[in-house]
Amino acid sequence: MTKTYFTEDHEWIRVEGDIATVGITDYAQEQLGDLVFVDLPESGRKLAKGDVAVVVESVKAASDVYAPIDGDITEANATLSSDPALVNSAATGDGWLWKMKIANAGQLDGLMDEAGYKAHIG
Amino acid sequence: MTGDHTNQLPLADLHAAAGARFGAFAGWNMPLTYPAGVMKEHLHTREHVGLFDISHMKLFLVTGPGAADLINRACPLDARALDVKQSKYTFFLTEAAGIIDDLIITRLGDERFMVVANAGNAATDEAHLRTLAKDFDATIEPLDRVFIAIQGPEAAAVLGKAGLATEELFFMQGFEPRADWFMSRSGYTGEDGFEIGLPEADARELLGKILADERAMWIGLAARDSLRLEAGLCLHGNDITPDNDPASAGLMWAIPKDLRADGAFIGRAALATILADGAKQKRVGLKPEGRQPVRSGAELFDADSKLIGRVTSGGFGPSAGFPVAMGYVSTPLAKAGTRVFADVRGTKVPVDVHSLPFTQHRYRKG
Repeated sequence: MTKTYFTEDHEWIRVEGDIATVGITDYAQEQLGDLVFVDLPESGRKLAKGDVAVVVESVKAASDVYAPIDGDITEANATLSSDPALVNSAATGDGWLWKMKIANAGQLDGLMDEAGYKAHIG
Repeated sequence: MTGDHTNQLPLADLHAAAGARFGAFAGWNMPLTYPAGVMKEHLHTREHVGLFDISHMKLFLVTGPGAADLINRACPLDARALDVKQSKYTFFLTEAAGIIDDLIITRLGDERFMVVANAGNAATDEAHLRTLAKDFDATIEPLDRVFIAIQGPEAAAVLGKAGLATEELFFMQGFEPRADWFMSRSGYTGEDGFEIGLPEADARELLGKILADERAMWIGLAARDSLRLEAGLCLHGNDITPDNDPASAGLMWAIPKDLRADGAFIGRAALATILADGAKQKRVGLKPEGRQPVRSGAELFDADSKLIGRVTSGGFGPSAGFPVAMGYVSTPLAKAGTRVFADVRGTKVPVDVHSLPFTQHRYRKG
């Protein structure tokens, strides 16, 4: 059973057991434009909610992606180092950014569901 | 700059209809990208034709018996030596030889010159020219025009199909093909191309024809920036500012040699001193190792972690296929191939000094 949450910063968090997979939404990748580099984190890095976890770089600008919850990074999406445009073509699928072990499941309660996120972006 | 007021392009409706994403630049609400996206827009311009709305830039007509002398005072240029139709890249300089703005000046007639200035500096430029004009018999007329750039290897063909002859113009030439029109063979992409200033109604009619040609497509400001960066062209406000002089900026090619000793231009004495002492810093191309872009504001260090310069423009070069940047480094390190390091979010990224441009210019010269 998986459940997907969304943040106001346009990230999605897919939860399976105690592991969360995090990426940016389709809306976010459209706003950023063509990505040319993703600065990936190392496995094992401890994240607190609000930390900069990943930096995504488009032709024009660098943008921070924040940790939506506390936890340790278990894996970064290594495919993105050779194919950063995967975030544009498959933002909510193969273009995921990192997986993390959820430290405090209670933090998920403050996030939006898909309907809430759709209302948020209008 | 225009303070809190944001200017709207006269053709904003066309850009909105084309699906543009807008953003603020130099006091103007400008199309940044269209639905194709910066990467495709950039590559399309190099392969076919890119169409840019550059109406934020300002055209000034300078006329009168003293027009050439006014320009000779304001710019390190010999305006009297220009042929009619000849365009020159030049600057307004401060007394300290700082670059107030970079410009293209075209001689349209004996006593008639067109000055094309950057949007962000238009008000400063106009005030500067008007102050200087008090000493000369010259009139300065800011023009209210739509200004369009048509850039790329098929630009001449697309304009020909739209009914505009281009054979009369070679690179860095300009003229008035009809009343209230100004057209030059120049641009900001490194490609062959044209810039046309014209009244709004004429622009809408011309664009109707150009946009019906599938070789042409609208290009936003994001790709305009990546195109000019690959072409090694300066963006005033980033790569050149009133704190930079033409010698440090590597732009001495724009200043006729004989003027350096006895020109009438403002900043001559300071520039002569800089040239005699040698510029302490030089503007260079920078090629980061790997795929991570190094951007404007990043500090540059030598192998001993000593601060030796700063990046002034940087991003990804879609045609180059790698990140591209430019900036200033201390003169001893300005040689192509020199390895320096850029600080990117606390990590030292290796960067090689690189010759400019990153992509060859393909101008149509006479």
